[in-house]
Amino acid sequence: MAYSEKVIEHYEHPRNVGTLDKDDPTVGTGLVGAPACGDVMRLQLRVNPVTNVIEDAKFKTFGCGSAIASSSLATEWVKGKTVDEAMGIKNTDIVQELNLPPVKIHCSVLAEDAIKSAIEDYRKKQSAQRAVATTAESAK
Amino acid sequence: MTLSLPIYMDNHATTPLDPRVLDAMMPYLTGKFGNAASRNHPFGWAAEEGVDYAREQIKKLIGAHSEKEIVFTSGATESDNLAIKGIAHQYKDRGDHIITVKTEHKAVLDTCKRLEREGFRVTYLDVDSKGQITPDDVKRALTDKTILVSVMLGNNEIGTVQPISEIGKVTRERGVLLHCDAVQGLGRMAFDVDAMNVDLVSISGHKIYGPKGVGALYVRRTKPRVRVTPEVDGGGHEHGMRSGTLNVPGIVGLGKACEIAANEWEKDRDHAFGLRQRLRGKLEASLDEIVLNGADDPWRLPGNLNVSFSFVEGEAMMMGIKDVAVSSGSACTSASLEPSYVLRALGIDGEHAHSSIRFGLGRFNTEEEVDYVAEIVIREVRRLRELSPLYDLHKEGIDYKTIQWTAH
Repeated sequence: MAYSEKVIEHYEHPRNVGTLDKDDPTVGTGLVGAPACGDVMRLQLRVNPVTNVIEDAKFKTFGCGSAIASSSLATEWVKGKTVDEAMGIKNTDIVQELNLPPVKIHCSVLAEDAIKSAIEDYRKKQSAQRAVATTAESAK
Repeated sequence: MTLSLPIYMDNHATTPLDPRVLDAMMPYLTGKFGNAASRNHPFGWAAEEGVDYAREQIKKLIGAHSEKEIVFTSGATESDNLAIKGIAHQYKDRGDHIITVKTEHKAVLDTCKRLEREGFRVTYLDVDSKGQITPDDVKRALTDKTILVSVMLGNNEIGTVQPISEIGKVTRERGVLLHCDAVQGLGRMAFDVDAMNVDLVSISGHKIYGPKGVGALYVRRTKPRVRVTPEVDGGGHEHGMRSGTLNVPGIVGLGKACEIAANEWEKDRDHAFGLRQRLRGKLEASLDEIVLNGADDPWRLPGNLNVSFSFVEGEAMMMGIKDVAVSSGSACTSASLEPSYVLRALGIDGEHAHSSIRFGLGRFNTEEEVDYVAEIVIREVRRLRELSPLYDLHKEGIDYKTIQWTAH
């Protein structure tokens, strides 16, 4: 199977490879996929809690070239977007940008899942924090 | 010696044509174009002479007793079909049970599945973690209704060699026929139809440095005399077992490839084995967490190295070493998204199946190529592990198997 130039480009020069502190309350982590299926993506976001803007994103992926490229592209796209804007990224956008063939569409689905899962994790942490803050407030 | 790219290390898929084979074929692609079945003019005689000589060459390689035991086909897939369906249909009054193995080539497995739809019963034997079966496994599966056992010589993915000779003792004792798909082992190890106790053998041209589109089926004629019902009807060629005008240049090429194999198989074996061990040694010296899939020597094809580079997906790996032609058991290399059924039959988990790479070393590979390949494989494994969340987990001491993953 021939890969599109964009997939090869991302595969050879993946953007934003790395790790953010998963215990940081401003960091959301999404870990999706399964080793048995041959794809695991970990996508992490650092969000400014005041502006809700994603200021940093990192990923690591176990998977084929298209999976690596999809997650690399996802980190590029989410940076600078608000959390709500990032929730609007669709797998079909990734398919189009990377020219993914039908057998690789699941890679883009996984990347979309990874973004959503990371944002959910961030939101969960934030509401937990707010709950703690509110409890502390009412205890005063 | 300068290295020329890309490098071919996929000799289980196909092998390059030996120039000596091409030389033998050339006259039959030009002046000697006759139909081997034309009995009444010199063009036909010349073609027939080439075919007869090829039969002699194949007979010698496998220790057959008569040229009449060699039936030419379009390749090993057809040979497997003819052997299994041909026996099933020929001996259906004697029984309706066939035994084969889960790791066989699809040409065998899918043929058996079709026979099941016709009403035959098939036992698919499990293999051990190295991909082997034992003669006892066969003995236990035999019934009064068993007419055929089909076991391959060497596995095309993992290189595991089956104890054919010992299995043959069991089938002989019980008067059951034994078919062997010898495509991957022939020319790489000693193979004699009597020593192996086999009754039918599938052979392919393009796996032994011969041309594509030609193969043969050995059908034993004495002790016992075996008959197969033809699958292709027509002019009654090949003693009625396989009709169709003979592919004379292909057959001449197959014959020459067999002659070279008969003379040089030990040299080929040592060469491929030396290169494989060199590659394996280099990879193991530089990388941790690599797993050999398949059996250990001597139950392994000399040129086969199938390894899983843990935490690195096979297709991504192949993309990284794009100047090297290899194969992977990864799902992503096929349309089905299912990882290799052979690796799964060994009980290898999904992650390792997805991480497997098959190197196939052959007659025309060199030490320079091995050194180059080892270097870029090591580099790419390291790079892709830095990209792998599973490698992170491993370094943190977390077994990824303990994590609740959501299958997709």
